[in-house]
Amino acid sequence: MSQGTAGGEGAPQVLPEGKERQRKRRRRKKKESKTRLVRSSLLLPEAEPEKSKGTVLACNRLKTTKYTALSFLPKNLFEQFHRLANVYFVFIALLNFVPAVNAFQPELALAPVLFILAVTAIKDLWEDYSRYRSDKEINHMECLVYSRTEKKYISRYWKEVKVGDFVQLRCNEIIPADILLLSSSDPDGLCHIETANLDGETNLKQRQVVRRFLELDSEFDPLKFTSVIECEKPNNDLSRFRGYIIHRSGKKDGLFKENLLLRGCTIRNTEEVAGIVIYAGHETKALLNNNGPRYKRSKLERQMNADVLWCVLILLIMCLFSAIGHGLWVWQYGEKKKPIFDVPGPNGKYLSPVLASVYLFLTMIIVFQVLIPISLYVSIEIVKICQVYFIHQDKDLYDEETDSQLQCRALNITEDLGQVQFIFSDKTGTLTENKMVFRRCTVSGIEYSHDDNAKRLAMYQEPDSEEEEAAPKGGTLSQRDSICSHQSIKVVHRSQSTKTHRRTGSRAEAKRASILSKHTAFSSPMEKDITPDPRLLEKVNECAKHLEVMRSHEQPLSHLSPELCDVFDFFIALTICNTVVVTAPNQPRQKVRDRFELKSPVKTIEDFIRRFTPSRLTSGSNSSSSSSLATSKSMHRFGLSTLSSTSTDSTLLKLEEKLAYSAQMNNNGYSSQQGRTALGGAPEEGELRYEAESPDEAALVYAARAYNCSLVGRLSDQVSVELPHLGTLNFEVLHTLGFDSVRKRMSVVVRHPLTDEINVYTKGADSVVMDLLLPCSSDDPRGKHQKKIRSKTQNYLNLYAVDGLRTLCIAKRVLSKEEYGCWLKTHLEAESSIENREELLFQSALRLERNLHLLGATGIEDRLQDGVPETIASLRKAGLQIWVLTGDKQETAVNIAYACKLLDHDEEIITLNAESPETCAVLLEQCLQCVESKFSNNTIDGATGSMTVGFTPLYPPSSPVLSSLGLVIDGRTLAYALEPTLEDKFLALAKRCRSVLCCRSTPLQKSMVVKLVRDKLKAMTLAIGDGANDVSMIQVADVGVGISGQEGMQAVMASDFAIPRFRHLEKLLLVHGHWCYSRLANMVLYFFYKNAMFVALLFWYQFYCGFSGSSMIDQWYLIFFNLFFSSLPQLVTGVLDKDVPAEVLIAVPQLYKSGQNMEEYQPHMFWMNMIDAMYQSLVCFFIPYFTYYDSEVDIFSWGTPITTIALFTIILHLAIETKTWTFLHWSSCIFSIILFFFVALVYNASCPVCHPPSNPYWTMERLMGDPMFYFTCIISPVVALLPRFLYRTLQGTLFPTQLQLGRQLSKLSPETRAQLLTELNVKETMCQTRLFADSFSPSLGSNASDCYKADNQSTPLPASPQTREALLREDTEADHKTDQTAAASPQGAVLYEENKLPSSAAALERSMGFREVQCGTAEVESLPVGTTFPWSSAVDQADFSLLKWITSTPLFSHIGTVLQVSSSSLQNEAQDSMCVLGSALHVDFKGLKEESSNNLQDKMKGTPTDHCKNDNSETTFL
Amino acid sequence: FLVGLGQGWGCVRGLLIDYTGTEPSSPCNKCLNVSWDSTPPCTCTINFTLEHAFESNVFMYYGLSNFYQNHRRYVKSRDDSQLNGDNSSLLNPSKECEPYRTNEDKPIAPCGAIANSMFNDTLELYRIDNDTRTPITLIKKGIAWWTDKNVKFRNPTGDGNNLTALFQGTTKPVNWPKPVYMLDSEPDNNGFINEDFIVWMRTAALPTFRKLYRLIERKNNFQPTLQAGKYSLDIAYNYPVHSFDGRKRMILSTISWMGGKNPFLGIAYITVGSICFFLGVVLLFIHHKYGNRNTSADIPN
Repeated sequence: MSQGTAGGEGAPQVLPEGKERQRKRRRRKKKESKTRLVRSSLLLPEAEPEKSKGTVLACNRLKTTKYTALSFLPKNLFEQFHRLANVYFVFIALLNFVPAVNAFQPELALAPVLFILAVTAIKDLWEDYSRYRSDKEINHMECLVYSRTEKKYISRYWKEVKVGDFVQLRCNEIIPADILLLSSSDPDGLCHIETANLDGETNLKQRQVVRRFLELDSEFDPLKFTSVIECEKPNNDLSRFRGYIIHRSGKKDGLFKENLLLRGCTIRNTEEVAGIVIYAGHETKALLNNNGPRYKRSKLERQMNADVLWCVLILLIMCLFSAIGHGLWVWQYGEKKKPIFDVPGPNGKYLSPVLASVYLFLTMIIVFQVLIPISLYVSIEIVKICQVYFIHQDKDLYDEETDSQLQCRALNITEDLGQVQFIFSDKTGTLTENKMVFRRCTVSGIEYSHDDNAKRLAMYQEPDSEEEEAAPKGGTLSQRDSICSHQSIKVVHRSQSTKTHRRTGSRAEAKRASILSKHTAFSSPMEKDITPDPRLLEKVNECAKHLEVMRSHEQPLSHLSPELCDVFDFFIALTICNTVVVTAPNQPRQKVRDRFELKSPVKTIEDFIRRFTPSRLTSGSNSSSSSSLATSKSMHRFGLSTLSSTSTDSTLLKLEEKLAYSAQMNNNGYSSQQGRTALGGAPEEGELRYEAESPDEAALVYAARAYNCSLVGRLSDQVSVELPHLGTLNFEVLHTLGFDSVRKRMSVVVRHPLTDEINVYTKGADSVVMDLLLPCSSDDPRGKHQKKIRSKTQNYLNLYAVDGLRTLCIAKRVLSKEEYGCWLKTHLEAESSIENREELLFQSALRLERNLHLLGATGIEDRLQDGVPETIASLRKAGLQIWVLTGDKQETAVNIAYACKLLDHDEEIITLNAESPETCAVLLEQCLQCVESKFSNNTIDGATGSMTVGFTPLYPPSSPVLSSLGLVIDGRTLAYALEPTLEDKFLALAKRCRSVLCCRSTPLQKSMVVKLVRDKLKAMTLAIGDGANDVSMIQVADVGVGISGQEGMQAVMASDFAIPRFRHLEKLLLVHGHWCYSRLANMVLYFFYKNAMFVALLFWYQFYCGFSGSSMIDQWYLIFFNLFFSSLPQLVTGVLDKDVPAEVLIAVPQLYKSGQNMEEYQPHMFWMNMIDAMYQSLVCFFIPYFTYYDSEVDIFSWGTPITTIALFTIILHLAIETKTWTFLHWSSCIFSIILFFFVALVYNASCPVCHPPSNPYWTMERLMGDPMFYFTCIISPVVALLPRFLYRTLQGTLFPTQLQLGRQLSKLSPETRAQLLTELNVKETMCQTRLFADSFSPSLGSNASDCYKADNQSTPLPASPQTREALLREDTEADHKTDQTAAASPQGAVLYEENKLPSSAAALERSMGFREVQCGTAEVESLPVGTTFPWSSAVDQADFSLLKWITSTPLFSHIGTVLQVSSSSLQNEAQDSMCVLGSALHVDFKGLKEESSNNLQDKMKGTPTDHCKNDNSETTFL
Repeated sequence: FLVGLGQGWGCVRGLLIDYTGTEPSSPCNKCLNVSWDSTPPCTCTINFTLEHAFESNVFMYYGLSNFYQNHRRYVKSRDDSQLNGDNSSLLNPSKECEPYRTNEDKPIAPCGAIANSMFNDTLELYRIDNDTRTPITLIKKGIAWWTDKNVKFRNPTGDGNNLTALFQGTTKPVNWPKPVYMLDSEPDNNGFINEDFIVWMRTAALPTFRKLYRLIERKNNFQPTLQAGKYSLDIAYNYPVHSFDGRKRMILSTISWMGGKNPFLGIAYITVGSICFFLGVVLLFIHHKYGNRNTSADIPN
C-alpha cells in the first residue's frame, strides 16, 4: 500500500514510508539547502537536473498508517514491548525455558503472552486499517490538474497531484495541497478561503494572486509558466510563508502567506482559482500540524498501577516465603537420608538447600505469575473501547441543531469523567451560544426596549428546534415565511456546501467540518432578524424623510432636531463603524465588493487634498490609490462600484435587496421606494450576508439593517449605506482605527456625503467612551440636556449590565477640515515612523478619540445556551467546583455568571482587583483572614451541627467549600496571584469559594490556573471550552472537553471529549462518567481479587508439597483460567453494569460524589479484596483438602474440583457485585461455566499420553461421575462467599450508601420516586440555607442547633406549644446575637462595600435595607404565633445597616429551616394532629423565607451596578 | 438430605492398622531400617480383631504418610508415552526421567522417580478362626482406573506376547528387585499394565494418602465379607519410610455411594446448613425491620 504511479514528469518523488523515513529525509534535506525550488511540472527538460540533485519531494498521497504488510509484525511487537507488563510476562515465559526452574511446559507458558500480544496487535491492525481506508478515501478525491498532453485541466486523484502541478479549484472545493495562487476569477485577484478545518477560525480569509500574475491581461496559461519558485522548506507554521518567484526575465517577486492556499481549506465566494502546488502530501502545513492523539493516563489507572506494584510485592513475598520453606524442607532431610521422593538433578546429585531455594524462587515466580494480572491491561482497553462506544450511542448527547454528537477522542480516560472535582469553563461559546443578539438600545437618553424583539427571541426557544430539524432534510420552510424567508436559501446552500465539502483529515473530521461550515459561514436567523422598536423606527423614518427633503432643498442638515440627528448618526455609526464584509451567499459571481484593508487608506496629504474636492459622487475617479499597482482592471472595478455606475450586476443586486426588505418591512409601515418595485423577480435571492470579525459587530449591523439602514458594500475607502428615502449613500472612509483591547474601542473617520463634514464614529466599551465625552458646561441649556442624556444613558447602561447584556457606547465627533488636517499630519507621521510606530499610532488614535458626542448605547445579548443554569446547578449539587475563566470584561462576566446561576444573589462575593503585586498580596491576605475566621467558626459550628440527629449537612463539616462565597478576579490581579509567592494564598482563598470567576484572562493564564489547581490541590480537573483560546487550558487539564460550537475545531482537536453543548456535560459526567468510573473501579478490584484468590490456592498447596512449586491445578487451567474461563463475565459487567440507573443519577447529582471521593476504589478496598481473596481461597482449598484427606485421590483429580470451585466462587462473587442483570450477564456467566466444563472434558479425553506432567486423561469424566465432586463444588462457594454476601446484605439494609439508596430509588414506581426527589430537593435547599445561615452567623447557628436539639428531645405530644415557646425564645436570643454580630463585624471584616460606595448610594442601600426589614417584620408579625417579635427593636436602631440586614436575613430562613425540620421530625415520630400545626407553621415560615430571599435578591441585583461604577474599589463585600 | 448424607458415611466401616513399626513393641519394629535391596524380605505379622462384620465389598488400602508424591520434580519424573507402550520411548525414555532414565547405559523401563519408588510391600490377610489361618482371597484386578489400565498404560507391542522379549534392551528401575515384566504371573496384569504399578503411578495429591491395594469381594448373600473376629496381617516389609519419618498403614474399608469413610463433608454440610438457616432468619428479621425504612427514607445529604 505504498508505491504510487511515479509520474516522472516534473519533480521527482519518493513516497514516505512512515514518519521515520520522512524525518530522515527531512534531515538530509536540511543539510543540502534551506530552501525548496519548485518548477512547473510541465517543463520536462528543465526538471532533469533537479532530479540528479536528489531533492525528493513528497507527493500528495496521504499516508497516516503506521505499518505496512511487511513491517507490521516487528514494528508492532517493538511498540508493544514498550509496555513494561508485556516485557515482564515475556520474561517469565522465557524463564520457563530454563530447565532448572521451569514450572510448566514452556510452549504453553508462552500462550497467554502471545494471546495478549495478538489481541493488541489485532486491535492495532484494525485501527491501522481504518486509517488506511480513510487515507484511501482522501487520496481518491478528485481535483482538476493541468495536463501537458491534453492541454487542459483534467480530473485527477488527489494522490496524483505532485509538486509543480497546476491545480484548478472551484468554489466550495477543498484544497488538495498547499498551492501558490496564480490566478483567480475574481477581478481583484482575490480568493476567499475558509480555514475552519485548519485553525478553527470561521471568518473568510482572503488570499491574493501573486502580483505579477494579477497584471496578466489574458487568461492564465500554465504552459507559459516558466518561473521558478524558491520558498522555505516545509514547516508547520500556518501563519508564515516566505519565498520568492523568479521570472524568466530574472525579476524576483516576493511570496507571502497571502499567496498560499493551504490544504484542507475550502474555497469560498470565488468561482475559480488556479495555482501551482508548492507542498504536497505530508509536507503540507495542515498535515505537519496534525499531531496524533495524546496519551493520558487516568487517575484510576495510576492508582491501579500502584496496586499492581503491591501485587508484585505480594508476589515476591510469597515467592520468598516458598523459597525459604523449600530450603528448610530440603534441609530437614539432611545430606544422608534423602527421601525417595526427592528427585536429584539430572546428574544424579542433590541440590544444596540454598541453591534449591534460589531455583525455587524463580519457579515460584512462574507459578504465581497469575497474581500480576496479565490480561488486566487488555481487558481494560477492551472495556474502555466498549464504554466509549456506548457513550457514542447515547442519544441524549446528540445535538439535533448542529447534527453533532459526542466524540471521545481519548479512549483511555473515560473513568476520569466520574471523578472530576473542578470544572474550568470558558464563557463565550461554552456557557453562552456565542450568538450575539441585539436586544435593546438607547439613543440620546431615550431607551428603546425592543419588546417585540424580546418576544421574538423568546419565541425562538420553541420553534428553533423544529426548524433546525426540518432544515437538514432540505425542505423549504414555510412556517414563518416573511421572517424566515431567507432560510430556504440557506438550506439550499447548505446542502450544496455540505455535498462538496470534504476534508483532508479523517472521515469523522470531514463530517464535523461540514457541519461546522454550515454554521459558521452563515449567521442564524436569531441573530439576523431583529424586530425594530416601532418608536425608534418611526423616528428613523421621520429623520430620513427630513433628510430627503433637506437634500432636495439643499438645506443644511443642522435644521434637524438634535434628537433626530442623534438617531440618524447612531445608525450610521452602527452601520459603518466596523470591519464587516458584505457577501452575497448564493453565487460567488454576485460577490459584492468586500475588500477591506486595515490600513488607513488615506496615504498622503496629496491624497487627502485630492479626495476633498467638492464632487461628492465621483469617488470613482480618484479612487486609485497612490499605489503604482493600479491597473486598468482595478480602475474598471472602482468604476463599477460607484452609485452613478450603470453596471447591471450591482444595481440589480441592490434592487433585489430593497425588495427583500420591503417585503419584510411592509408591516412596519415602510413603503418601498417608487419605481423600483417594477424590477421584480425572486426578492430573497439578493440577501446579503455579513462576515464579521466578531459576532457583536455583525449583530449591530443586522440591527441597523432592521431599521432600513443597511450596509450594502464596503471597499477599502468607502462604505455604501442604504437608507430609506435617501437611497444609497457612500461614505468615504478616511481611516479605520481598529479595535484593540487597551483602548477598548474602535473608530472610523468618514466623510459624510450629505454634510461633507468629517465625522469620527467611535464604538467602544462604556467605561472608556464615557470618559472621552466632550465636557459640557452646566450653564447653557444644551449642555444641561447633554448631561442629562449622559446620566440617563449611564443608568440604562447599568440596567443593561444587570440584565447580562454586553454594552457598547456609540459616540461621534465632528471634525473640521482644519482639525482633521492637523491630526492627519501627525497621524501620517506616526504611520511612517519606524521606531515605536505602535506607540505613536496609539497616541494618534487617542488624540482623535476625544471630545466625543454621545449618541447612544446598545445592549447585545450573548444568549446563554439552553440548560446552562440547570446544568451548573446540577453539577454543583454533584460537588463540582465550577470556575469560569473568561477573556471577557468583569462586568459582563459577572452578569453572565449571575444569569447562569454560577453566582447567587445571596452569595458573598469577593472581588479582587489589584493594581500591583503588593496590593494583590495585601488583598489576598485580608480576604483569606476574613474568610478563615468565618471558616473556622463554621467548622466549629459544623461539629456541633453534626451532632444533631438525622440532619447531615450537605457538605461534610470538614469540607473546605463555603457555600456562600464567590470570588471574582480580573486578569491583571490573576497574573499577580499566580506568582509563586502568592499562588498558595490565592488557592487557599479560591478553594473556599463556591465559584470562582476569572475575567480578562489570557489563554496562558487559563492554563496556569488549571495547572495550579491540578498540581497543588491534586484535584481532578476538567476544562471545557470552544475556542482557540481555550486550547492550552484544555490540554493542561486532566480531562479536556471541547465544545464543537461556533468557534471552530481547534478546541475540539485538542480535547479528549467533544460535546455539542454545555448542557451535555451533565449527562456526560453524572451518568457516563459515574458509570465508567464505577464499572472500571469495580472491574479492577475484581481483577485483583480474582487473581489473588486463584494464586493463593496454589500458595496454600505449597505447604503440602514441600514447597516444591508443584501445582495441583493442571497447567492448562492455570494458564487459561484468566484468559478464557473467567474473563467474559467481568468484561460484560465492566461494560454494561449500571450501578444506578441514568434517571436517578441525573435526578440526584449528589451520587456523583462517590466518584470524587473515590468511594468505589479506595486504597483500603484493595486490601479488603485481598483479604477476602485470601479467605475465599482458604475455603476453596481446605474444604477439598479435608474432604480428600487421606484418600486415594491423585493430584489432578483433586486439583480439578478445586479449579471448578474457584471458578464458581469467582463467578458468584461477580454476581454479588453486579448491580444490574441483563441477559448478557446471565449468558456470559453460564457460558463461562459451560466453557470450562466443555474444555475440561475435551481436554481430558483428548490424548492419553500428552500434556505431561499432569496427563489428566479421563479425570474430569471420572469426577463427574462422582457425587463427592458435586458436594464439594456446592458447599465450598457457599462458605467462601457467605461473609461477603452477609456484608453486602447487612450493609445494604442497615447502612446503605447513597448509591445503594439511589438504586433502590429506581426500583420504586415513578410517582413515588418523583415525590421522594422533590422532598429531597426541598431538604437540600434547607441544608443550603442552613449552611448559609451558619456561615454568616456562626454563633447563631450553633445556638439554633442547640435549640433544635432541645426541640428534638421534647416529647411529641406536648411539643407544639413548647416548640413554639422554644422558638420564640430562640428568636429573642438569636436577635440578641445578631446585634452582637453586627456590632462585632465591622472591625472583623475588611472592607465592606458601603465603606467604599459613595455615601448617597450607601444611604440608598440603607434605606432599601431598612424598608425590607420592615417588610420582613411585617411578614413575621403576620404569623399565627401571636406574640410580638423583638425585631422591631432591632430595626429601630438607627445604625441598622445593610450588613446587618444581610446577616439577619438568613436568620429568617434559618428559623424557617429549624421549624421545618422540627415539624418534619414531629411528623416522623408521632403522626398525630400536632403535625398539622407543624406543617402550618412550616408553610408560614417557608413563605417568609421566600419573601425575604426575594427581597434580598432584588437588592442584590442593584448592587452589581454600583459595583461597576466603582471599578477602583479594590475589595468588595456585598 | 443431610440425614441421607450422614447415613452415607454412617454405614461405612473402616479399619486402620499402622505397621510402620516405629514403636519398639510393634511386630514390624525389626524391619524398620530395611533397605530397598534387602533379600530376603523382612516379614512381620500383625494380629487384629474386627469388632463388627464388614457386610459389603471391602477395599484394602495401603496408606503412606509424609510421603511427598506431589513433589514437583517427582511428579514430572515419568514418561507417559513409554508407559503407553511406545517402542521408541521404551528404548529412549524422555529426559524428564533423569536421573532415573538409564542405568548402565540401558534405558530403564519404566523410567523415572515415580516408578523407581514404587511401593513394594506385600500384604496378606488371614482370618484366624480357632487358631486356623484361613487366607482371605484378595483380588488384585480392578483396583486401577479402567481407562488407565486399558488406554493409558500399555505394554510395548511387538512379535508375540512374550513380555520378556518385548522389554529386551531395557533394565529394571534401580530400586526394583525384579524387572517390570515379572511383576505378576498373569499376562494381563504384568508389565506396564500391572494394576499395582498403575495405582502407584497415579501420584497422590497430598503427602498423606492411601492407595487401593486389593479388593475383597462378598462371596454370597448369607455371609458378610469379613466376619467379626480375629485376623492377622502378614507383611513383607520392603519399603523403607523411616528415613523420612514416613508411616505405613493398612486400611480396610467398605464404600458407600459417597465414597470412603470421611465424615468431614457431612459435618461441613450440617454446620453450613444450620449457619445459613440462622442467618436467613436473622436477615429476614433485619429486612423486615429496616428494609422498609430505606425504601421510604431518602438519601441523606
